[in-house]
Amino acid sequence: MEPAEKIFETRELNVNMGPQHPATHGVLRLVLDIDGETIVNVTPHVGYLHRGIEKLGESLSYFQGLPLTDRMDYVSAMSNNIGYCVAVEKLYGIEAPERAKFIRTIVGEVSRISNHLLWLATHALDIGAMTVFLYCFREREWLLDLFEMISGARLTVTYPRIGGVRNDVSQEFLDSLWKFTDEFPSRILEYETLIDQNRIWLLRTKGIGVISAEEAVSWGMTGPTLRGSGVSYDIRKHMPYDAYDKVEFEVPIGTEGDTYDRYRCRMLEMRQSNNIIRQLIEKLPPGPVMAEDPKFTMPPKDKMYPITHPEKDLAYFILEKACKGCGMCLRACPAKAITGEKKAPHKINQALCVNCASCLVTCKFKSVTVVAGGKGLSEEKLAELAVAPDQLPEDIKQAQQYLTRQFEFVKKGPKVPEGEIYVATEVPKGELGFYFVSDGSAKPSRMRVRAPSFIHAGCLPRLCEGHLIADVISVIGTIDIVLGECDR
Amino acid sequence: MAVTEVRISLHAAGIAPKEIAEKIKEKFPDQVVDVAEFRDQVSVIVKRDQIVAMLRYLHDDPLLSFDHLQDLTAVDYLNKKDVRFEVVYNLYSIRFRHNIRIRAQVPDNDPKISSVVPIWAGANWHERECFDMFGIVFSGHPDLRRILMPEDWEGYPLRKDYPLKGFEFEKDWPGFTEVIKRSKELREFEWEG
Repeated sequence: MEPAEKIFETRELNVNMGPQHPATHGVLRLVLDIDGETIVNVTPHVGYLHRGIEKLGESLSYFQGLPLTDRMDYVSAMSNNIGYCVAVEKLYGIEAPERAKFIRTIVGEVSRISNHLLWLATHALDIGAMTVFLYCFREREWLLDLFEMISGARLTVTYPRIGGVRNDVSQEFLDSLWKFTDEFPSRILEYETLIDQNRIWLLRTKGIGVISAEEAVSWGMTGPTLRGSGVSYDIRKHMPYDAYDKVEFEVPIGTEGDTYDRYRCRMLEMRQSNNIIRQLIEKLPPGPVMAEDPKFTMPPKDKMYPITHPEKDLAYFILEKACKGCGMCLRACPAKAITGEKKAPHKINQALCVNCASCLVTCKFKSVTVVAGGKGLSEEKLAELAVAPDQLPEDIKQAQQYLTRQFEFVKKGPKVPEGEIYVATEVPKGELGFYFVSDGSAKPSRMRVRAPSFIHAGCLPRLCEGHLIADVISVIGTIDIVLGECDR
Repeated sequence: MAVTEVRISLHAAGIAPKEIAEKIKEKFPDQVVDVAEFRDQVSVIVKRDQIVAMLRYLHDDPLLSFDHLQDLTAVDYLNKKDVRFEVVYNLYSIRFRHNIRIRAQVPDNDPKISSVVPIWAGANWHERECFDMFGIVFSGHPDLRRILMPEDWEGYPLRKDYPLKGFEFEKDWPGFTEVIKRSKELREFEWEG
């Protein structure tokens, strides 16, 4: 009888994995060249989620560019925001107040835990452990509720701002977070009971995707993916930002550089993050949460309240003599309270007016004025009380100045000194770097995002070498990629 | 257990970036064009001719040992500088904790520079992205294809002369006009109930 090799022809097979494969964590397409079950070569195709964030960033001012960063790594949006803010602050040359730095570090670590929980959930689910998924999402829900409490959003938070944070945290938030940190270590033990010594888990993770320390550094790996190979590179320690130089924590590093070690690193990292949060809550100093810089930060909202608060006892009034009827205020009014024909004096319907001061800022002829104590008065009475804008009391004038400053800030943005800067921060996935080139205008001339997921996805061919198809799933899980960040 | 927790000190050692710039100047005197400093970050602007030799020196020198390529990207200085492009290498030494930025000038008429993939394997995708976005060709790159944009895309999006919405926005996606037309047709109908 003829040998089997002569009867059957063997050849390499091309298999498409993705872009709509649930285990690829997004729209990642892998073309696998396989010989039987063994991987010969992997070609990743990315870019399905490319939204041109770098190009968009060049068309927006630094202040406007902040929400773009949420849309990169949507699993840990908070850390992305912090990375952006730290970078722009360094470019501006301003510094956030102490309390804001502490709050940012707290929410950054909360985001790290929630990211690692999602990673563990999906990684375990891919490998076949369904229960871990449910347990992890139980805790993640708690953290997302906390985010909702401080920012109103669960995923795309935009809570950190350039020069501080959006608003102060409440005692309720700190209490709930403290309770979480009390309970969380026992919850981690729960997950570990399920998989840490599980025979299937060990078989699927030990010795899979092994990479040595030198090679991992050469491939540009960062974060827990690098530390699993035994390189103690953590930006929180190497280039401390925010409040990381004021807390004590250890950095877990692996020895083997395989999937199991990376998994252990992340598990221990969650415990360390838990520790950091506790330390920071204990040390949280009082004070403001937003830097006050006359040029680079938005003026505080309460400074404008004398003329913009909806419940203040005041009324907006158009002086008939000064009004030319150009219609600018009519278009600017968001409540549609202003009426009038062209080239005839306009009128404000007091019942509809919301005291937003849009007409005050837009009027070029100084015809809009504020009548203090004019709420609910009749038109005739208002006309009697109204004075020209130049003769208004000092506090209203000052509030008006703040309002104009805010208007300029949002509309144009502050001009930035000429220069270039690269600032890296440690996000849950690795090193997130922002490289800004400023040409002296209010918009960045070049905004570059060094996304860890992009570089880790590039390592896939190296990590999958010689493994089985099933192990590709473990490898995708272990490098912890989010395609929104990878493609930007 | 294999994984251990280590204490990493906060104190940064290493050589000041200015001294590193001096070292590069000494080693490659005719290559360095300028040294710029902004917010304690030093960048060395160099010619592209010996870029690989220079980066190889920075990577291999036992006292410098820049083992970590933080970032590789390009910047378009259209109408701002004489040499239009600059390829930027952000280097960091994990061992000594110092960093430096190298900016290699690449002219518009011949956008070419040698690839650094033999030094840092991770440069592979960075260079592909640079090629995709700026059209800079990295000679010696093992697999220079477009990475984020579709393979048949025309133009290089991150160049300054490329408009934000693309050259012909409506033509880019043929379905666009169709959707607009269809939405106009359907607007007449009452959709409630």
